[in-house]
Amino acid sequence: MHRLGSPPTFYRFAGALRPWLMLVALAAAVVGLYGGLVLAPPDYQQGDAYRIMFIHVPSAWMSLFVYAFMAVAGLVALVWRVKLAEVIAMECAPAGAAFTLITLATGSLWGKPMWGTWWTWDARLTSELVLFFLYLGVIGLYHAFEDRRRGARAASLLALVGIVNLPIVHYSVQWWNTLHQGSTVDWLNLGRSSIAPSMLWPLLVMALATHLYFFASILGRSRIGLLSLESGKQWVRQRVGGQPAQPTGART
Amino acid sequence: MITVVQPTGDALGASNRVRNVVPGALAACRALLVRDFLLAWRRRGELFLPLLYAVIVTALFPFALGPDPQLLRRIAGGVLLVIVVLAMLPALESMFRSDLEDGTLEQWLLAPQPLALLVLTRVIAHWLTTVLPLLIVMPLLGALLDLSADVLPVLMLALLLATPLLALLGAVLSALAAGARGSGILLALMLLPLAVPVVIFAAGAIAAAQSGIPYMAPLSWLGAALVLAVVLAPLAGAAALRIAVEA
Repeated sequence: MHRLGSPPTFYRFAGALRPWLMLVALAAAVVGLYGGLVLAPPDYQQGDAYRIMFIHVPSAWMSLFVYAFMAVAGLVALVWRVKLAEVIAMECAPAGAAFTLITLATGSLWGKPMWGTWWTWDARLTSELVLFFLYLGVIGLYHAFEDRRRGARAASLLALVGIVNLPIVHYSVQWWNTLHQGSTVDWLNLGRSSIAPSMLWPLLVMALATHLYFFASILGRSRIGLLSLESGKQWVRQRVGGQPAQPTGART
Repeated sequence: MITVVQPTGDALGASNRVRNVVPGALAACRALLVRDFLLAWRRRGELFLPLLYAVIVTALFPFALGPDPQLLRRIAGGVLLVIVVLAMLPALESMFRSDLEDGTLEQWLLAPQPLALLVLTRVIAHWLTTVLPLLIVMPLLGALLDLSADVLPVLMLALLLATPLLALLGAVLSALAAGARGSGILLALMLLPLAVPVVIFAAGAIAAAQSGIPYMAPLSWLGAALVLAVVLAPLAGAAALRIAVEA
């Protein structure tokens, strides 16, 4: 574990693991989408329109999971000053923002025929929007620093402040206004969920696919982040087979 | 024997002297408060800028929405709340910036007093100098928008709880952004998610007062959040200042 924290070792490890993760993620996505879009029966109330949930719901889960993952990486970066954790936390933010945007966009596409409006100030929609702004704040703060390591630490602290804030936002907007349907997946007892099994399994496979895709993407992004952060170091020069140090040209 | 006694006596004297020189935490806070008030007084023209902003924006609403008193009375509470939040923003951005530039923050970090306590003192000074004037003119702005007299006390109470809370949250963000290239929009972007619950509960209390139902519950939530923030925000602000100062 300790050796994995060193940038050159992580670079090699991530490079070896990434293609496999991506492959399994793609396979799971194909299976999940086939199960969701073709095999699963239409909903008795919503017809075929509900099928957008096979994108919408895994993205919504991911938007929260990525935030938690980013906060944990940020905590490690702040407490132990691990360079790798800083890079990983900062590469999580754009991925999480993308999942949040997909959640908002697919939800709004589904909302137009079902609720008759693109957007409504419902509790879940609002907290998802707030989450999106939290991600944008982290990205913006990170890029506002000249020194990237200092920016990463500041943005990590913001991510931690945000994780204290998220439950407060969640409950306050719920108290304020609720229209969104409740959760139909009971995690403690999957058999008792109010969702049909033929719809549940593609959903879970899609959730697996998005998780794997996220990790594959983080590994790839972190490799690039490490290369540009460590440019000028010996191992990077060997890796890119470059010429001896050229301080200005070394930045990727 | 003498050679043994002599240095201990010296060391004792030295430690006594150090103890006399280093002021206690409360004395440091008082010194910081006095300094901040003095600085604010020397630039007292700037104290009126948020007030002017609030008055201008309040005056624009009747022009944009029409002078119908019933409409204005219905939206007055929420509008004033949002105006106060927006008027607080520009001052929040510069809460630590000048201290970072002239090296005062480095002295804060080196000081024997806890950094979190200094941050809390700065927030108190900031609130007293930039936000309190806004609250004082609130009745006047309320009159401009025809706010009813029995809602005004609730609005004031909600603002009295909400603005220190926002100042504490803003201090953390301002400390985070202090080391970054300056941009006010960034602070607004970071404050928005944190301000959402504050605005919801403050507006909830005002709306409840307007429709004549009990309004204590949202105010209690605001108070609870304020207590939580008084404890946690200075610690987070201190951590943020350490990141901002160290290279």
